[in-house]
Amino acid sequence: MVDVPLGAAGVPPAEVEDVELYHPKSWLTHYVFSQDAKIIAVQYSVTALSIGLVALMLSWLMRLQLAFPGALSFIDADAYYQLITMHGMMMVVYVLTALFLGGFGNYLIPLMLGARDMVFPYANMLSFWFYLLAVVVLFASFAVPGGPTGAGWTLYPPQAITAGTPGLAWGIIMMLVSLMIFIIGFTMGGLNYVVTVLQGRTRGMTLMRMPLTVWGIFTASVMALLAFPALFVGCVMMLFDRLLGTSFFMPEIIEQGARLPYGGGSPILFQHLFWFFGHPEVYIVALPAFGIVSDLISVHARRNIFGYRMMVWAIVAIGALSFVVWAHHMYVSGMNPYFGFFFATTTLIIAIPTAIKVYNWVLTLWRGDIHLTVPMLFALAFIVTFVNGGLTGLFLGNVVVDVPLSDTMFVVAHFHMVMGVAPILVIFGAMYHWYPKATGRLLSVPLGRFHFWVTFLGAYLIFFPMHYLGLMGVPRRYYEMGETAIYPQSAHDLNIFITVMALLVGAAQLVFVFNLIWSLRHGREAGGNPWRACSLEWQTPVTPPPHGNFGKELPVVYRWAYDYNVPGAPEDFIPQNQPPLAGEMAGRTP
Amino acid sequence: MVQISLRNEADEVRQSSGLASIAADLSSDQRAFKNVSWGKAMMWIFLLSDTFVFSCFLISYMTARMSTTVPWPNPSEVFALEIGGTSFPLLLIAIMTFVLISSSGTMAMAVNYGYRRDRVTAAVLMLATAALGAAFVGMQAFEWTKLIHEGVRPWENPWGAPQFGSSFFMITGFHGTHVTFGVIFLIAIARKTLRGDFDVGRRGFFTSRKGNYESIEIMGLYWHFVDLVWVFIFAFFYLW
Repeated sequence: MVDVPLGAAGVPPAEVEDVELYHPKSWLTHYVFSQDAKIIAVQYSVTALSIGLVALMLSWLMRLQLAFPGALSFIDADAYYQLITMHGMMMVVYVLTALFLGGFGNYLIPLMLGARDMVFPYANMLSFWFYLLAVVVLFASFAVPGGPTGAGWTLYPPQAITAGTPGLAWGIIMMLVSLMIFIIGFTMGGLNYVVTVLQGRTRGMTLMRMPLTVWGIFTASVMALLAFPALFVGCVMMLFDRLLGTSFFMPEIIEQGARLPYGGGSPILFQHLFWFFGHPEVYIVALPAFGIVSDLISVHARRNIFGYRMMVWAIVAIGALSFVVWAHHMYVSGMNPYFGFFFATTTLIIAIPTAIKVYNWVLTLWRGDIHLTVPMLFALAFIVTFVNGGLTGLFLGNVVVDVPLSDTMFVVAHFHMVMGVAPILVIFGAMYHWYPKATGRLLSVPLGRFHFWVTFLGAYLIFFPMHYLGLMGVPRRYYEMGETAIYPQSAHDLNIFITVMALLVGAAQLVFVFNLIWSLRHGREAGGNPWRACSLEWQTPVTPPPHGNFGKELPVVYRWAYDYNVPGAPEDFIPQNQPPLAGEMAGRTP
Repeated sequence: MVQISLRNEADEVRQSSGLASIAADLSSDQRAFKNVSWGKAMMWIFLLSDTFVFSCFLISYMTARMSTTVPWPNPSEVFALEIGGTSFPLLLIAIMTFVLISSSGTMAMAVNYGYRRDRVTAAVLMLATAALGAAFVGMQAFEWTKLIHEGVRPWENPWGAPQFGSSFFMITGFHGTHVTFGVIFLIAIARKTLRGDFDVGRRGFFTSRKGNYESIEIMGLYWHFVDLVWVFIFAFFYLW
């Protein structure tokens, strides 16, 4: 890395003319078919959060069935598999990916980089409408004959498209088509995020001065652009298998004495394609969370982030490594055992950059001036939860340990901790943190504290016991344990306990929704920079920022985003667009 | 585009040596790739993403071909054309490849004439490119019709592994769709060029942004990519 020396004026001259913005002429183009990244961000977030609530309710139904088998007459085995499938797919793709990249990406990238908007506002708008179309297709599958697919969120063939799996007639087709539309829509958005970060920054904003939030979202977007193609191809091929009767994934199958018209395909091929998408997907969700949590911790502990460069390189390294670990999801698939050795090694190597990040978060807190604000509570909870989920990841990453634990509740507990609860905690923290910028008002703190403690402790009460169930051998994806003598009574009791906790935690989310709506009118006035933060989004002349973000002149950046408690500075933070103070070395980087 | 008149130290670093200047550019402010416009950067990254799509298609096809226990039909015989009693292996495919590669040539010339502000020549060359592309798709359609008449279906064929037909229709179909989209966009950009949109800065119908002659080059990037993908399909599907 070569530090860029600055010219006589302190900052290099502008390389590109200020962009001409599209000015909406009607209410419709202003708020509905908006080309403003901030409004698109809100559209993405509201849609994704609504789907999140639906997916949450699906999980309630699953939990009720597990705790009290047969109590709900409309849940049979088929319905249970449909619930599982839709819950998983909605949460992973339509909630987490859309919320982090479409929601936070759209809102924060232009504001944090000092840009007027995304580089292609029109494509950005299309991205949201494609996403909405994908959502509509997905939800329409609840209404078609046979209902949604019950293939499990991994959609493994041949089971996904053979008789006996619910949703064979329509559901699986709707699911595949919805995913393809989502991917096309995401590509339009993702190109925007990546090009804006690479080519659309303001004067003085070097790559190594970007807030880590932007680094996380940027790396995740690049990964998504390279990982989603594999899912797209998998969807196309399975759609052909289902509709045209090709046999890409379908081996010869005899069903009830009759030979199916398939033969010669490879089910493992789908698993490879799926997990070549699926594993990077974990980090597509995790990296933005890493970035956001770094910024939350730094702001609310009033301390510069520890090891900024290491944090950046760790994000990039995790992003790159995550493309060579995918087959650790397939240890029991019957692939060559040497593959298992290779993928176990790469999987464990990824723990190194991840551990660097955890240490740096903790070291940022060390001797910091920690303010236990609601965003900070969520950020701290994330670190703990992520370490927890990461440690069970080490168990499952080793072939010999994974084989007995595979397809048990232990796996469910692991991935819910590491990519369910942990990123959602960050999303909540980020919502509490940036809500004042988007609306001009703070979210209610007492409600926020209540929401935090119920969610945080409740999540542990739900998922910790699941590890225990898994170690006892309780399988995942079974819709009831039935009259099985091999599981002690404690397992059945735990199931009931988990379900009660899940209902409570789920209900507590209504408090959050109420807070979001109530604070819109009644929240405390926030002002432009309630957290006294350095990064550019807090330095806009008007809050909430209008179309074009920064008024007449774009800000000029003189420093990194983490100048907290600098000795000799008049305040405990120095905004990024503050020119060098008297006595401060001019043009130092970062 | 603003001309940079102020020379600062960063410029000197940039001019000094290759690696140092690459690092200086990448780590500098505003733009990681200097003198690369937003549109061009977007197209390059999109093509990278699309590369992954075609790679997945081709790797899946190769997996199927290598793992099938039924013999794979011989492409030289399947794609042979009989003229005057003599069978020419891969004759049509050779012509198609020639046509598509030629279209890359006319495309490159169109880019050059566009930057010279020679509107008519640039537009004519783009239309020639589009015509060659359309001819390619037409021959593809002929090929499909011929095979379908001979009994090739996505789920079966008379000569061996059913994955032959599946992969053939899927991969050439996906590539043909790319070519078709390219032809449509070529015609649209040729029309803009001919009308002088890029000279007067007329705003786009959808994006309401001013276009410029770089649009032709960006279009060209896409076209060369589609051409390059065909070379790989030709090598892996027909020549193997």
